[in-house]
Amino acid sequence: MTTLIDRRMGIFLAGLFVLTVAIPVGNLAFEGKVVPSYIVSLLGKYLCYALLAVALDLVWGFCGILSLGHGAFFALGGYAMGMHLMREIGDRGVYANPNLPDFMVFLSWDELPWFWMGFGNFWFASLMVMLVPGALAFLFGWFAFRSRVTGVYLSIITQAMTYALQLAFFRNEMGFGGNNGLTDFKDVLGFPLQSDSTRAGLFVLTAVALAAGLLIARAITTSKLGMILVCIRDAESRTRFLGYRVEGFKLFIFVVSAMMAGVAGALYTPQVGIINPGEFSPANSIEVVIWVALGGRGTLVGAALGAILVALAKTLFTGWFPEFWLFALGGLFILVTLFLPTGVLGLIEGVAGSRGRRARRASAALEDGVTEEGAKA
Amino acid sequence: MSFLRACLMALLLPLLAAPALAQTASFEDLVAALPEGSYSARGAVVGDIALTGDPRAEAILTALLDGTLGVIAATGQVVTLAPAPADALTGAPVAEAGVAEAKVEKIRVNNGLRRDIRAALGILTLSDPDPAKRLAAADAAFRAPDAAQYALLDAAFQREQDAAVKSRLAEARAVAILDGDFPDAEKRAAIDVIARRGDADAQRILTPFAASPDPDIAEAASAALASIERSRMLWGYAQNIWYGLSLGSVLLLAAIGLAITFGVMGVINMAHGELVMLGAYTTYAVQETIRQNAPGLFDWSLLIAAPLAFVVAGAVGVAIERGIVRHLYGRALETLLATWGVSLILQQAVRSIFGPNNREVGNPSWMSGSFDVGQMTVTWNRLWILLFALAVFAVLLFVMKRTPVGLQMRAVTQNRPMAASMGIRTNWVDALTFGLGAGIAGLAGVALSQIDNVSPNLGQTYIVDSFMVVVFGGAGNIWGTLAGAFSLGIVNKFLEPYAGAVLAKIIVLVAIILFIQKRPRGLFAVKGRAVEG
Repeated sequence: MTTLIDRRMGIFLAGLFVLTVAIPVGNLAFEGKVVPSYIVSLLGKYLCYALLAVALDLVWGFCGILSLGHGAFFALGGYAMGMHLMREIGDRGVYANPNLPDFMVFLSWDELPWFWMGFGNFWFASLMVMLVPGALAFLFGWFAFRSRVTGVYLSIITQAMTYALQLAFFRNEMGFGGNNGLTDFKDVLGFPLQSDSTRAGLFVLTAVALAAGLLIARAITTSKLGMILVCIRDAESRTRFLGYRVEGFKLFIFVVSAMMAGVAGALYTPQVGIINPGEFSPANSIEVVIWVALGGRGTLVGAALGAILVALAKTLFTGWFPEFWLFALGGLFILVTLFLPTGVLGLIEGVAGSRGRRARRASAALEDGVTEEGAKA
Repeated sequence: MSFLRACLMALLLPLLAAPALAQTASFEDLVAALPEGSYSARGAVVGDIALTGDPRAEAILTALLDGTLGVIAATGQVVTLAPAPADALTGAPVAEAGVAEAKVEKIRVNNGLRRDIRAALGILTLSDPDPAKRLAAADAAFRAPDAAQYALLDAAFQREQDAAVKSRLAEARAVAILDGDFPDAEKRAAIDVIARRGDADAQRILTPFAASPDPDIAEAASAALASIERSRMLWGYAQNIWYGLSLGSVLLLAAIGLAITFGVMGVINMAHGELVMLGAYTTYAVQETIRQNAPGLFDWSLLIAAPLAFVVAGAVGVAIERGIVRHLYGRALETLLATWGVSLILQQAVRSIFGPNNREVGNPSWMSGSFDVGQMTVTWNRLWILLFALAVFAVLLFVMKRTPVGLQMRAVTQNRPMAASMGIRTNWVDALTFGLGAGIAGLAGVALSQIDNVSPNLGQTYIVDSFMVVVFGGAGNIWGTLAGAFSLGIVNKFLEPYAGAVLAKIIVLVAIILFIQKRPRGLFAVKGRAVEG
């Protein structure tokens, strides 16, 4: 159990590797394009979602922090990368202003706001992709965990956080393009974003990031630190009484998770070609939770799998019968919570070991009881 | 039209002749002077015509404004041209043939002159039989100070019977006094009259006099300005508080059902907003039925819709509790996810049935319009919603504290096994409590349909806000919800003038996030054993 790459992780990484090789080769190597270009970007998007799901699983599955605001960290990472891509446009925008992005010219601003400084540099922007979500998570978590806001209260204020950010980013005065967000990107590090080879490159990069994210998360959760996180999840007060500084551990995992979400967002922006305040919407963040729940919380690989499955279903459903997508998604939320407490992965693996499943359910019941509900159980 | 009016005036002339006689001569001279001279000189003539108060003045000035006043070049006779040529003063027809031969020239007007004519017409309206028109005329005179109008305004003031119009006329007259050459005492009295009005117009008019060379006037004007400033500030606060109460009542309605399901039962119901939406759509359906079958009942539509909305939303609520929430007690986070799923399904169901667009829900007559309190405006629908919210709150409080059902609900909340041992059917009470919270959400929907767009997304716009209210007020305390809703509403409205609507909302959200750090269980936290469970 404590090996870094256990069976399910091995299978998933192998599958991911095959995909990483097959898709770009299928897209680039053959004349007739065995794999159409839009599929490459689409799959790349799914992998970004998968990384975001892994980030959430890290905090929710292993530490019991149900964040309904992880979309905010994702979007912040996306905006940081988007700002760099905007700077790369240079004077090729509609207004051909070499110093200002189009929307600032449109708002008749004279100079670049201070917080846009440095984003012309790719490496600075890449640093910000992790630092900005990390800093927000640190600030937020420091306040929240120190005063022992837990359970549903924490979930609700994380939701308020992403909602507040959404409102803020909608404002033109904020200097992030308002309602329209950042778009019309041309290239990244000199590679044109529209070309197939750049898309394939981004896809491979996303797959590598996902694999790295999975391994990092796995390394953390199988370490001693990971054991303490699970302790906190299952019995927070008891862990505290044993002498551990619970808020420190929570803060650490929350910040790591936020940074991971930021990276996912940064990879998402160039592949989708736009980042706008809609990414902050509370509904998006809740959807991430269902990815994790569907795949199986606390399994990492399951979370990634769940994200890909739901995103794939969304693409197919909205194409075939758009009317029914929300019915399907809503039904999924209900069915998974009622009948699949361990997710798809748990279902597959749990057929043999029903004992482990029961144990997990018991643990889920314990951690979720925001203790005042204990009287009800 | 203007000809008809001219004829009418001509007919009425004998009746009104007496007061007009004294100035008849000069009136005719003035009219004769209309075609000649510079535009500005003729502007003065127009003003003088109005000041004579002659009953024919209106028709002539209107004709001049419309460009249908002409002059026969040979004789200098002023004639109205539409619909048929006639003498402007007597209304006697002028032969068509004669007009053609004699070469009638239209009297030219430019924009400056048109402005003068309109001002003059405004003065004339002071003697209109309709009090509303007289009021408007008095206001117009107030806004455009002119000492020359003093005599006319004074005369109008003396004969005015309507109290409201009379006080406005007094203000208009005061403005004219300030503008003209009157003794200081009268001017100071005039400043007092204007200051009592206390609004932005009064402030604008008095501001120049604060710098008057006459120290007495300057002092009086400064004092008056200060008092206006004070009263405007107070009224501004009053208006903000009213807006805040109004927003608070909306928040209260949206959150109070949540206060029961979340606050009392500890169940996070993310579908709460959709239950509100169901209430709004019930109102829409009731109104449509009434429109098609019994339009006369339209004013009653909300009273019919309210109980129906309660039943519809309540039934859906009971179904949610029996079907889903029941299996998830003690697992708050999973309840949150499952009810979110319900909310998606309800949204899509409504979208499929009623379509994605906003639906039109009308205001009954007793909820439309507004009235003024001093310098603030109160719309009837906001007032009714405030009263409705308070009534719902009172009824809910009564149910919870004074009825056997409420007693059982509280017993089950406080200690489930004990309550069960005492013979309370806890399952039944759970379903009933959840249904009550859901039904109140439906009632909220009826009220919100009056002030918000009825669309499938209606619920989404309120869900975050209502959670904030409950969390801020303190879960498990209905009074806390009341305090939370009104304080958030008022704070929001007081921030808006400084920060703008969106930023105000962001500030409030951030403030709540910080507040929860300090008091993790809200403003009015439940204390004692229930907290730790």
